Amino acid sequence: MDDTLGNGTTMEKGVLPDAPETSVRMSCRNINVFYGEKQAIYDVSLQIADRSVTALIGPSGCGKSTFLRCLNRMNDTIEGCRVEGEIMMEGKDINSPVIDPVLLRSRVGMVFQKPNPFPKSIYENIAYGPRIHGLAQGREDMDEIVEKSLRRAGLWEEVKDRLNLAGTSLSGGQQQRLCIARAIAVRPEVILMDEPCSALDPIATARIEELIDDLRKRYCIIIVTHSMQQAARVSQRTAFFHLGALVEVGDTDQIFTSPRDRRTEDYITGRFG
Amino acid sequence: MSDPAVSPFANERALKRLRRRRAADRRFKWYGRLAIGFALAALTLLLASITTQAMSAATYHVVSFDLDLDKETFGGLKTDDPPPVDKVYGLVRADLLAQFPETARNPVLRHELSALVTRLAVLPVAREIVRNPREIGMTRQVQLPLSDDLDLYLKGANARHLTVPIGRVGAEETNGVLTLTGEGAFKRLIAAASLEGMQIQDARSTGSILMTAGQSTLKLSTLDPSRIKGPLLTGSLQDFRTHPVRARLITSPESERTVTDRQIAWLLALKAEGRVSRVPHWSLLTHTDSTQPELAGTLAAIVGSLLTLLVTASLAIPIGILASIYLEEFAPRNRVTGLIEVNINNLAAVPSIVFGLLGAAVFLGAFGLPRSAPVVGGLVLALLILPVVIIASRAALKAVPQSIRDAALAVGASRMQTVFHHVMPLAAPGMLTGAILGMARALGETAPLLLIGMVAFVAEVPNGPTDEATALPVLIYSWATQAERAWEPMTGAVILILLVFLIAMNGVVVFLRRKFERRW
Repeated sequence: MDDTLGNGTTMEKGVLPDAPETSVRMSCRNINVFYGEKQAIYDVSLQIADRSVTALIGPSGCGKSTFLRCLNRMNDTIEGCRVEGEIMMEGKDINSPVIDPVLLRSRVGMVFQKPNPFPKSIYENIAYGPRIHGLAQGREDMDEIVEKSLRRAGLWEEVKDRLNLAGTSLSGGQQQRLCIARAIAVRPEVILMDEPCSALDPIATARIEELIDDLRKRYCIIIVTHSMQQAARVSQRTAFFHLGALVEVGDTDQIFTSPRDRRTEDYITGRFG
Repeated sequence: MSDPAVSPFANERALKRLRRRRAADRRFKWYGRLAIGFALAALTLLLASITTQAMSAATYHVVSFDLDLDKETFGGLKTDDPPPVDKVYGLVRADLLAQFPETARNPVLRHELSALVTRLAVLPVAREIVRNPREIGMTRQVQLPLSDDLDLYLKGANARHLTVPIGRVGAEETNGVLTLTGEGAFKRLIAAASLEGMQIQDARSTGSILMTAGQSTLKLSTLDPSRIKGPLLTGSLQDFRTHPVRARLITSPESERTVTDRQIAWLLALKAEGRVSRVPHWSLLTHTDSTQPELAGTLAAIVGSLLTLLVTASLAIPIGILASIYLEEFAPRNRVTGLIEVNINNLAAVPSIVFGLLGAAVFLGAFGLPRSAPVVGGLVLALLILPVVIIASRAALKAVPQSIRDAALAVGASRMQTVFHHVMPLAAPGMLTGAILGMARALGETAPLLLIGMVAFVAEVPNGPTDEATALPVLIYSWATQAERAWEPMTGAVILILLVFLIAMNGVVVFLRRKFERRW
C-alpha cells in the first residue's frame, strides 16, 4: 500500500474515511519510544490530517505527551530517550540524520502545558523566533509579523498598547495565547499543544478553544488533552491511547458516540482514567 | 474563645502534645536567635578590635621645616638625576642642630637628634626638587614625618606618661644644673611620683621626671617639697623664669624605652614652637612599603593585588563560566562527566597552600615564569577559585526552569541560541555572584602567594603583571611579623583597607543582582 506523502495528497483509505478532502500532513509508522530500558510507546501508527484538529486522549501516563514530543523531536532533549520508527513529513523521515531538528521545530511549533513566555517584553517574545530564522527584513516587517501573530492568537486588542511590558506580567490565559502567538510567528505548518488549558480557568480555556477552532483553518493542530469534553468540542479526529499503545483512532463523533474498542468506551464513559 | 472542654480536640493528651510542640517551636526560634547573636558578636568584636588598633595609624605627626634650597647646593640638577636625598637631609639636620646647640661637639647627642626624622623621609621632597627645579633658590616649607617611636610617644602608645601642672617658680642656674624653688610648689608632684612608685634617686629603674617651661626642659635629679634640682636637657634658664612649669612623669625607665629623655625634650621644644602637628596619614595609601613604619604605605600592595586579580579574573571567569555551561547544558551525563564533577567538588576543598606549591613547581619551575610576579599569582589564584566559579555557575544554570529551554527550542532555537539568549541571561546574576565571591576569596588568599615569592619587599609600584609585586594579605602577613611597635596599628590599617575592598566587591554583587533581577 502506498503511504508516501510526496505531494501531500495521498492518503490511506480507511484511515481517513470521512475526510476525503483533507490531506495527510504527518504520517507515523511503528513508533516505539524508550526511556532507557523502559518502553513508553508501543508500535504506534497514526496519520495526521492537515487543517484539522487531532486530539490525543487517554489516562495519565499512557504516552500521549511522549508521542506528541516525537513529532518535533523534543524528546531529543531528554537524556536516554530513544525513538524508533518513521515519522514522515513531506516525504522525509523527520528522525533521519539529514533533518535538522532546529528547522523541523520551526515548522512544527509547540505550546506547553504551563504557559512559558520568555521573561522579556511581549514584542520580544513574538519577535525572537522570526529573528533567529531570518523571517523579517527590517523593523517594519517585524512589527507586521508581531501584529499578525498576536491578531491570530486573539491577543492584539488586549496588548497592543503595552508591547514593551514583560510577557510574564500577563494573566495565565493571556500568557498561553502569547505562547500560541509565539509559535505562529515562525510560520509553522503543524502546532503541537500539550494540554494547553490544564493550568487555566474555564473562561480562559473557552477563549483558547475558540482560538484553536479558528487556527484549524490554517494549521494542522495536534492537541493532548485530559478533558474529553474539550476533545469533543475542538477536535475533528480523536486518538485514544492506553498503556503506550494506540487503541483506536477515528472521527471525533464516531469515537464519542460509537467507539469500536471496549477500552475506549470504558474510558469515555468514565469507567477508568 | 471557645471552652477547651467542649472541643473534641481538647482532651488532656492532645493539649499536652500541643504544648510540647509549641515549646519545641519556641526553643528552636531561640536557638536560631542565639546563633545569629553569637555570629554578630564575634563580627563586632573582630571589627572593633581591628578598628581601634588601626585608628591610631589614621593620623601621624609631622614636623615642619623651612628648607632654604640655595642655588649653590642644588644648582645644575637635571631631571634624570637621582634625587639629592643626602643634600636635603643635610639641610634638615643642620636646621635641627642649629635649633638645639647643646648637641654641638657631642656625636652621641647629634645622632639622637637626627633620629627625630629619618633620612629616607626626605625622599619625596628630594624627588619633587628634581621634578620641579624652579623651586631652587627659594625657601620651601616641608612637613616631614616624625620617626615612628616619637610618633608613638606623642600618641601615648609606647611610654606611659602623665603631666602635673606646677605653675610659676623661681629659677637659678649653676654649671648647667637648674634649681627651681617655690614654697611647697612641688608637694603635688611628690604625691604623684609616689603614687606611680617612682624614686628620683634611682631613676635608672623607675623612669624619669621632666620639668618643662616654654621650649626648655630639665631632668629632675633631686625632689624636695619646695626645691628641685636637675640638669638642663635643652633650652635656657630664661624660659623657666618667664613661663609656667609643667612636670612630666614618664614611668618606664629610659633604658627600656625606644625614646630618650633628651629626644622627648627636643620634641616638646618643637611642639611648643608649633612645628609638630598631627595630620591624616594619607601616605598609608600613597607610599610603597618601607623599612621605616612612618614612611611605609600600601600603594604597591594595592596595585599588586589589583594586577593579580586582573589576571585571575581574565582567566577564571571565562573558563569557569564556559566550563559550567558545557557541563550543565551540553555534556552527556555519563561516567566521565560524573568523574569530572566529583573532582571539581574535591578541588574546591583542597587547601590553598597546595595550589601555591603547584604554582611554584609548575609555573616557576617548569615554565620559568618570573618569581614574585602578579601573573604567576593570578594564575595560581585562578586555579584556586576555578572550582568555586564552576560550582556557583552550575547552580545558577540549574536554577533556570526547564520550561524556558523548552520554549526556546520549540520556536526552533539551536541549543547554543537557547543557552546564550535565554538561559544565560537568567543565570547571569547567580553566575556573577559566584564569580565575584570567588574573586573576593582570591583577594584574601595569602598562603599560595607566599610560596611563589610574592612576599618580597617591594619599594616600587609594579608597572605590569610581570613586575615584582606583593599583595595586600601578604603585606598584612609581613607587617604583622615585624618587631617594632609602630607596625601594629599599621597592620590594623591594612586589614581595614583589605576589608574595604572586600566589602566593595560584595556591594557590587548585591548591586548587580538587584539590577539584573529587576530587569527580568
